[in-house]
Amino acid sequence: MTTIEINEGNDTSVSLPSFSGSSIELKKITKRFGHVIANEEVSLKVEAGTIHGIVGENGAGKSTLMNILFGLYKPDGGSIYLDGNIVDVTSPEKSISLGIGMVHQHFMLVPTFTVLENVMLGNEGSFSLKKGEKTILQRLQKLSSTYGLNVDFHSLILDLPVGMQQRVEILKALNRGAKILILDEPTGVLTPQETIGLFEILNSLKNKGVTIILITHKLKEIMNITEAVSVMRGGKVVANLKTNNTSPAELAEKMVGRKVLLSIEKKESKIGNKVLTVKNLNHLSKDGVDVLKNVSFSISEGEILGVAGVAGNGQSELLDILSGIEQLQRGEIEINQTRLLPGEKWDPKKVREMSIAHVPEDRQKRGLILPFYNYENSILGYQRKERYSSGFLLDKNKILNLFTETAEQFDVRPRNPNISSNKLSGGNQQKLVLAREIESQPKILLIGQPTRGVDIGAIERIYEDLLRLKDSGTAILLVSVELDEIMSLSDRIIVMNQGKIVGETMGSNATEIELGKMMSGLDRTN
Amino acid sequence: MQKLFKLITVALLTLSASIVSAEIKPAVIFDMGGKFDKSFNESVFNGAQRFTKETGIKVMEFEVTNEAQREQGMRKMAQRGANVIVCVGFAQADACDKVAKEFPNTKFSIIDVGWLDNANMRQYVFNEHEGSFLVGALAAMASKTGKVGFVGGMDIPLIRKFACGYVQGAKTVNSKVEVYQNMTGTTPAAWNDPAKGSELAKSQFDRGADVVYAAAGGTGTGVYQAAADAGKLAIGVDSNQNYLHPGTMLTSMLKRVDLATYETFMDVKSGNFTSGVKVLGLKEEGVGWAYDKHNKSLITDVMKSTINGLSDKVKSGAIKVHDYMSDNNCPA
Amino acid sequence: MNESNFLPRWVSIGLIPFINLLLAFFVSGIVIFFIGENPLQAILVMIKGAFYYPGSIGYTLYYTTNFIFAGLAVALAFHAKLFNIGGEGQAYVGGLGVGLVCLALDQSINSFLVTILAVCGSAIFGAFWGVIPGYLQAKRGSHIVITTIMFNFIAASLMVYLLVNVIIEPGQMSPETRDFSEGVGLVQIHKLANYFGISIAVSPFNISFFIALIVSFGFWILVWRTKFGYEVRSLGHSETAAKYAGIDVSRTIVLVMAISGGLAGLVAINELLGVHNKLLLGFTAGYGFTGIAVALMGRNHPIGIFLSSLLFGALYQGGTELDFEFSSITREMVLLIQGLIILFSGALAYMMNPFVEKIYYNYFKEPKNA
Repeated sequence: MTTIEINEGNDTSVSLPSFSGSSIELKKITKRFGHVIANEEVSLKVEAGTIHGIVGENGAGKSTLMNILFGLYKPDGGSIYLDGNIVDVTSPEKSISLGIGMVHQHFMLVPTFTVLENVMLGNEGSFSLKKGEKTILQRLQKLSSTYGLNVDFHSLILDLPVGMQQRVEILKALNRGAKILILDEPTGVLTPQETIGLFEILNSLKNKGVTIILITHKLKEIMNITEAVSVMRGGKVVANLKTNNTSPAELAEKMVGRKVLLSIEKKESKIGNKVLTVKNLNHLSKDGVDVLKNVSFSISEGEILGVAGVAGNGQSELLDILSGIEQLQRGEIEINQTRLLPGEKWDPKKVREMSIAHVPEDRQKRGLILPFYNYENSILGYQRKERYSSGFLLDKNKILNLFTETAEQFDVRPRNPNISSNKLSGGNQQKLVLAREIESQPKILLIGQPTRGVDIGAIERIYEDLLRLKDSGTAILLVSVELDEIMSLSDRIIVMNQGKIVGETMGSNATEIELGKMMSGLDRTN
Repeated sequence: MQKLFKLITVALLTLSASIVSAEIKPAVIFDMGGKFDKSFNESVFNGAQRFTKETGIKVMEFEVTNEAQREQGMRKMAQRGANVIVCVGFAQADACDKVAKEFPNTKFSIIDVGWLDNANMRQYVFNEHEGSFLVGALAAMASKTGKVGFVGGMDIPLIRKFACGYVQGAKTVNSKVEVYQNMTGTTPAAWNDPAKGSELAKSQFDRGADVVYAAAGGTGTGVYQAAADAGKLAIGVDSNQNYLHPGTMLTSMLKRVDLATYETFMDVKSGNFTSGVKVLGLKEEGVGWAYDKHNKSLITDVMKSTINGLSDKVKSGAIKVHDYMSDNNCPA
Repeated sequence: MNESNFLPRWVSIGLIPFINLLLAFFVSGIVIFFIGENPLQAILVMIKGAFYYPGSIGYTLYYTTNFIFAGLAVALAFHAKLFNIGGEGQAYVGGLGVGLVCLALDQSINSFLVTILAVCGSAIFGAFWGVIPGYLQAKRGSHIVITTIMFNFIAASLMVYLLVNVIIEPGQMSPETRDFSEGVGLVQIHKLANYFGISIAVSPFNISFFIALIVSFGFWILVWRTKFGYEVRSLGHSETAAKYAGIDVSRTIVLVMAISGGLAGLVAINELLGVHNKLLLGFTAGYGFTGIAVALMGRNHPIGIFLSSLLFGALYQGGTELDFEFSSITREMVLLIQGLIILFSGALAYMMNPFVEKIYYNYFKEPKNA
């Protein structure tokens, strides 16, 4: 085991002589973008051969810091020390040559290349590919057996599941001699089972001496796998802690800057009549893939139905069809006794008229028009409603008044109606969308990934708003990849895998293990 | 700052000085083709240059780039004290007419226009059919295949007048001659499309023509190049273009717009300016054919004497070349 | 991140364009110096030529009018993220609208009424020429850039055919229609002034300039104050968000292109009703294309478009004056100078941002902590 002395910065004794990792230290790193300070005098030390977590809310400066470390940004001040020596990381190439590897949140792989070709990319060796292939193949085999990174080197990336693709990214970094591995939100796309697999790999890397920096917003992961953790808030490091000496509650508090309620209190649901019934929904994507297969369910007034599943298993398409963005191809939707069949006109406008509100999964691309002012965004989708207009013209005063009211009610900050929404934090953007949709007093609310990219402080608030809406009798369809969220909010949970509903359970007695099994499709085959 | 001020003062002084010293102030408004089009506008430019060289009087110039600038340019020149302005081409007729009426004390001279009526305006009309008649005859004599070509610029009556004279000339010396005619286009763009000109010439060569006459402004350069490349003969137009490709330029049909320009300026200078329509034909040496060191080797004595004979007959009226524009019809 | 996030508005929309302009003048100055003229004198001539000499303001504003219409046309399409390169063709066909109305009616009905109808005709014909590419984009996915470019060519061919073969005045060398009858047309300001006993220099400056100003105001209302404008801007920023918001994307595209084409068509009223008093070949002279630069430089806002139109108008007119004044500065040279200014203030508009940003923050402002 390694000993960790973060704040004192003593040397650590790594008990693995075979491969000695590097320690890395940042001293007073500062990075400005115009008048925005993204990193202010950030200092932290990562000991060799440890897993070091960095947590912080969106916009706390984690990504900026890692991009500096990887040579993508040039810091305005401060210095980086590698094994005690000052280094100048001017470019990603330099960073790689120093032994720093990065696994981005969104993979940097060529889908139509094989694993081997992807690893070789930018590292082809000689003019003839054959020779390089051979040496790299040998090296890969060695790496994969050493660290338990099992992948078929000759399969195409697009045929591999996400978890495997991530392994390729890690292999790519190791192949280039990474002694320090930075992982940016690595579990966001993984099933619970895949996450467990990843952590096993990370632990074995650590045991062989590789230093790992793990950026995440999931406190549970920090507690599970790291030795030390740095908490960032507002561009600064507010705490360097040993994981053993801290708790999720403390970390959350440090991240947000105040006490945070991590568990939600639910009132008993008063479930009424069925308002939305979906029967045998089938859908072919534009590429001709069966994205939905015989999906049937229903929701009632005052009920939250959670849809769990790994991203990309048909949940997005389900939301798109229900919200009118995609046409209904096969199956039947019944809303408040109105039946909708394929071929009938069906669009978001009509959906809104039927008192269905929609908080889309991607609020930045869909739910908001980022360059628009807040007040303009507060009517997106409702721009033709009489209460906002007079004749052809929009009534700016009415809209401003309404915005001021709802911003107050839903705690959108800053309250200024005349700033662009891209200046709001993720959480406040989400509150703005949610406020707009709830303001329309819907009978049914469709909501996707309500807390993706949202800071803990705002999550709390959003959950409260959703529960209050449910208590007022609205039926809510909640799609999320965060199991914790699904479990703590839903009255009932359905699980989707490869376009099918593979399981249903009551919210009160669901467990993560059980849901995880269903999500990965194991439950049915067993 | 002071330096700047000085500069400006000097500039203004020289400007005003030039205004005082000039006794006459001539001006030319070139049309869209630009003064270096190697053809029509350039010929006017050469006339103006000759005037400057002989008298030492500078000629003010302006090249228009859009429709509105024609009128603007003329008015501007008149305002600046130009006492004679040459308007180049029929496209400037409306503008020239309008500005001439605005400035009755300024003299105007317009080329290729004969239908206006202003007391302060002279209009030049050329008997292009006569000049074309001569080069047509020359083409037919030089042709070994008995097939000659004509490439026109924009398809307008004026260019048909060229073509009609050319055909008449060719038929006069060889009644069996075949004449291929092509127009480059129907818009002013046809005056400046050497690529299209080259294609048309090549297609005529393919059909057997071995002499081609281009009456197409800047488009002509493409025709001449094509002839030079194929080892065939070409005939230039407006200016003497023989120098462009010595050895393959059979001759050029001269249309002495330079003379018109020069004459206008000289007449104003000497106080002999007259208004009205001036027709320049073979007799007046307003049109003709070019014979110089560049095409000497191509013209035999027989050809030369035949052409001179024909020329004399046209001058005397013994041969009457039909003018297409008189009835919009070509008998040949 | 958006560039303008870092700098205050007056710097990003005032100072930087000004610096760009100075740079352009500086580079032009070098060119003029090398051909042996005095750059300062040349620039002075340009400025005087655009604003000082008799009639020069009239010419400047006459060009400005064209650029306002063309710029607004491009800008409206930009707001919906449509790159309408077809302003030239739309203006041309707009001219056909003017021509047909005038030729058909000027002998029979009141000339004031004919003028009004001709103005409408230009907008309707221009709109028609914009709608076709719009429809093809909306319903068939044909890229608007390609189709509008093609429609410029089609417009040019169509006009050549009509002017050469159909509506040409018989016995005329130039492909032009007959003159519209007396009284039809938009009155030129110098004539209007004469009527009131004021004598001003002759220029083609006519009341379509004021129509352009009114249309600019209407443009502002349309884009920033109406439901339709809201939907247009939504579509322009994010098509997915627009779909989410229940906006009929196809319908909006077609409508935007109709209005855009109509605006471009109005170039014809300045040219044909205000100046030439007949329909003639090639009257658009590239104004539709310059509209793209005008809209870019004017940041798609009517005030910006007015200012950049004025700048381009001054460049056109001042450039003409350069050609008059210096025999060594030919019209090609003038084109080069105009090109440099477009290059610096259009294509390289953001080139100076990082530099100005640095200076601004190092010397004028302490960064705020965000």
